[in-house]
Amino acid sequence: MAIEVRIPTILRSHTGGEKTVQGSGDSLSALIDDLDARHSGIKGRLIADDGALHRFVNVYVNDEDVRFTGALETPLKDGDSVTVLPAVAGG
Amino acid sequence: MARFDSLIDSLGGTPLVGLPALSPSPEVRLWAKLEDHNPTGSVKDRAAFFMIQAAEAEGRFKPGATILEPTSGNTGISLAMIARQRGYKLICVMPENTSIERRQLLEMYGARIISSPAEGGSNEAVAVAKKLAAEHPDWEMLYQYGNPANARAHYETTGPEILADLPTITHFVGGLGTAGTLMGVGRFLREKVPGVAIVAAEPRYGELVYGLRNIDEGFIPELYDPTVLTTRFSVGPNDAIRRVRELIDREGIFAGISTGAILHAALGVAEREVAAGRRADIALIVCDGGWKYLSTGAYDGSLDEATEALDGQLWA
Repeated sequence: MAIEVRIPTILRSHTGGEKTVQGSGDSLSALIDDLDARHSGIKGRLIADDGALHRFVNVYVNDEDVRFTGALETPLKDGDSVTVLPAVAGG
Repeated sequence: MARFDSLIDSLGGTPLVGLPALSPSPEVRLWAKLEDHNPTGSVKDRAAFFMIQAAEAEGRFKPGATILEPTSGNTGISLAMIARQRGYKLICVMPENTSIERRQLLEMYGARIISSPAEGGSNEAVAVAKKLAAEHPDWEMLYQYGNPANARAHYETTGPEILADLPTITHFVGGLGTAGTLMGVGRFLREKVPGVAIVAAEPRYGELVYGLRNIDEGFIPELYDPTVLTTRFSVGPNDAIRRVRELIDREGIFAGISTGAILHAALGVAEREVAAGRRADIALIVCDGGWKYLSTGAYDGSLDEATEALDGQLWA
């Protein structure tokens, strides 16, 4: 099972500078565990001490914000595209 | 009635037009709220007017007062027009990666522009404006990201207008920047229309804009309340440009690029409703016309060329 994950500049120190990495898992939580096994420390940047997604980290599965689709329990399937972005001001 | 005492009095009351060619079926229809019909040509006129009016009512603005605001363009243009009419000075803190037309319009209305670095986008503009406000206590910052009058403008005007024109509404799709439109329209519709879906379309910019030094420098507008939303989509420049071109080709509407992002989310919602066999009336915001973005390259050349041209620009 391959899921493409786009990593923002600020987290690329964990991926050896790679913009896009591959991962696997049947939920976002499982995917993050899988990524952390190969990109040490990335989980600690995405997830806060309370176990939820970091307040200023947005994660999208196929462009939809996971906070509206089950957060860390959002189901994933082969071919899904995951994008991680810091929350910044728009407008 | 189409006669008004002044330009500002003509605010709002914008048309809601059907999109028959882009709607997927007679049961699932799209409707566009043409906010480019406002006095300075964008949805931000509503927030700007309500914020200035609220500050005046609180006695914050003395004659000749100086207003300070972080803005990527439209809010600044709206504020500049109203400030000029009322004898206020306006200073806009604007990221340097915004289109030249927006700067030209601000200068035409007599506003002063302070540029903030491209890297970090509006985040940096907010930070610079907050610093300037602390250094100049006599400057009044309206602060659109946290000013309740921004959302109230849409609660009191945009929302009721949409419901009056489309009582069968099932979905509202708006752009997520300050969150003012989505929070105001969203709260109003949720009170009046059981089961209505409120959908946010958020522009996804190039990497430059997300260039924070530290994740804790992230920003969530104070107005943003996720419980008002049903869901939220991130839309990249490629999809936004493709849709804004479809809007011209299929419906004759020449809109700005952020509207392309909103249309993309609306069409995604429409597809889900068709697949589920449900009836839907989906209202979406046309934030502004395309005039201010001609220089960005979004409207000419191939889609790939246009997408590349937008990289690093604040296009919404």
